[in-house]
Amino acid sequence: MQTVQYLLQKEFIQIFRNKAMLPILFVMPVIQLLILSFAATYELKEVPFAVVDMDRSAYSRELVSQFSATGYFVQEFNTFNADQAMQKMDSGEIGMILQIPVHFKRDLEAGNLVPVQLIIDAVDGSTAGLIQSYSSSIIQDFNQSRAVEIQFVSDQGSFTKAKMINLIPLNWYNPDLDYITFMVPGILVVLVSMIGLFLSGMNIVREKEIGTIEQLNVTPIRKYQFMIGKLVPFWIIGMVDLLIGLALARYGFQIPFLGNLFLIMAVAGLYLVVVQAIGLLISTVTNTQQQAMFIAWFIMVVFILMGGLFTPIESMPVWAQDLNLINPVAWFIKIMRMVLLKGAGWAEIQWMVLLLFGMSILFLMVAINRYRKVAG
Amino acid sequence: MNSFKGFIIKEFKQIYRDKRTLVVLFGMPLIMMILFGYAIRNEVENARIGVLDFSKDQVTRALIQQIDASDSFLIAKNLESYHEVEPLFRQGSARSVIVFEAGFAENLERFGSVDIQIISDATDPNLAGILQAYTSRIVEEYTTGLNQNNQIAVAGVQPMVRMMYNPELRSVNLFVPGLIAVILMLISALMTSISITREKEMGNMEILLVSPLKPHHIIIGKVLPYLVLSVINVITILILAEFLFEVPFRGSYIFFFAEATLFILTALALGVFISAIANNQQTAMMIALAGLLLPTVLLSGFIFPISSMPELLQWISHIIPAKWFLIIVRSIMLKGGDLVMLWKETLILISMTGFFIALSLKKFKVRLE
Repeated sequence: MQTVQYLLQKEFIQIFRNKAMLPILFVMPVIQLLILSFAATYELKEVPFAVVDMDRSAYSRELVSQFSATGYFVQEFNTFNADQAMQKMDSGEIGMILQIPVHFKRDLEAGNLVPVQLIIDAVDGSTAGLIQSYSSSIIQDFNQSRAVEIQFVSDQGSFTKAKMINLIPLNWYNPDLDYITFMVPGILVVLVSMIGLFLSGMNIVREKEIGTIEQLNVTPIRKYQFMIGKLVPFWIIGMVDLLIGLALARYGFQIPFLGNLFLIMAVAGLYLVVVQAIGLLISTVTNTQQQAMFIAWFIMVVFILMGGLFTPIESMPVWAQDLNLINPVAWFIKIMRMVLLKGAGWAEIQWMVLLLFGMSILFLMVAINRYRKVAG
Repeated sequence: MNSFKGFIIKEFKQIYRDKRTLVVLFGMPLIMMILFGYAIRNEVENARIGVLDFSKDQVTRALIQQIDASDSFLIAKNLESYHEVEPLFRQGSARSVIVFEAGFAENLERFGSVDIQIISDATDPNLAGILQAYTSRIVEEYTTGLNQNNQIAVAGVQPMVRMMYNPELRSVNLFVPGLIAVILMLISALMTSISITREKEMGNMEILLVSPLKPHHIIIGKVLPYLVLSVINVITILILAEFLFEVPFRGSYIFFFAEATLFILTALALGVFISAIANNQQTAMMIALAGLLLPTVLLSGFIFPISSMPELLQWISHIIPAKWFLIIVRSIMLKGGDLVMLWKETLILISMTGFFIALSLKKFKVRLE
């Protein structure tokens, strides 16, 4: 026990001696959490658009003003030359072109179906989809407000009431569709994992690279004592970071904490062991920090991007969804969101915790097994 | 000049000797491109939903069948009452529940209008929105079919939508250029910053400093091998993008490679700068990895559009080099952009590179502590 205590003491002194490390460990995650949580949103706002109005009638002006009135679109440009508008789109200045044909008013009053062209910059497909659905609903509103008038003017009597099925959306747990509520738990997971994965494993490779590991190898320190000495400090730092992050989430971002905080902390403790064990495993198969870092970085990027933090796991092909079974980041993000936002308890998450537990045992066993107390 | 040449040869040898790192360096971008090229999308596949049908008539059956037939949905459970919704969501075994009111077909016939409720687990607002949009499209199709049968014509404005540059709205076209930027940024910045701090940590820096090599010789020697490496990576990524993912390439290849080289230089300069302020590999790594990874992914517009972000973040995103490169790559690949369209972004990248180089030359200590 004494040995472990001294080892821990040594590790902590080593970590905190490096002055550059303290802000990296405690300040950087907080700043990233504060800033990046606001970045992850698909909300559409203020799309600059150009109008090519060939009709210049009261109706066309009204349609344009209805676009501007929603607040989703800002009219940047007004021209009679479609090519000119296209150039603006090429250079990325505008996101949409609204092209109103000649005789727009006349045809509308005649009770015809009048086509209006919407040219959308679709480089970003999801934004383009949003622009399309917002514009169609604006046009639908325009049609509905005109409906009576048109029916009166036209003598074809073609406007009969169509059958309608209305979709009424109800958004549970997050009625305002607030992205921040969704992102904060996920980003927190990533920040904590980076500390766990990058640092604990790297530490051992560092001893290898500098050569101090041979000194450690000739001491009577046991394998498991050495491992504990390497794991515990960053485990504690990771947990402290998580606590700071959770406090920020609760009091800074006003995220609802529906579930049990102790449950979260317990799962987090287990999760950190999994991540650290992976780090350890990397450190046993590499010789230089450069190699170790590179592999750790690769694994981290894969875990994060596949983990459902940014793009929903549901949108991945089925094989990728299956691959996520062995992605601890995906599971912990899921657990965090379920417990914090939906108030899930032990009953709902137990099998996922069991899975994490299995991973921690597996990775630890392999890592300890791979670590040799001999040089070369 | 001879010592400089020797130094560069040494650097190349040192990197290409380490086969394991080489495999990682060339293999990883490949694996990442393949993995993410397929996996990062916004189209939803097999989302599990529940159905709560109080009516069970021919209209609801037809609608449910159409929903089930779509690739986006997988009907996981048929519910009997509202009480079953909550546990379903808490277990996470369904993302949304579609509720048909009682007497659905009858109401549709009698009143001409009827409601469907779609209850979403909105913890993921993005997914909730996508599922609602998909459902509404299916329902809309159904009603259009219904009205066509009844010969009803509708007057009014009809939007004719034309999607420019990416008519099928493929997410791959958006994400592949983004991946190029992220991979290049991280590899180049990470590798250089580590290789220089490594010399510091191992004590070799002192030997280099007392040699006749000038500081800029040392930096060029460190950066050159990685520049070559990164350019090779760009080529492999580009080949994958074109042949595997069929991302259109409308611009000029020469212009693309010029811009890519410029961006690699920016990233390398950033790496040199990091190594100038960090005194050991661990610090350099934490800054390059933990400090760059999330900002590059989130603030560059790789996944989330910058125009959606709050004003303050849009300002912060200006200092992320990857953001400018992303604009450039997407424009070249999808819009056929040229220097006339992209001079501003190019200029910004050039000045960033210059800024980082100047800063690190200033920070580079020629003397020992």
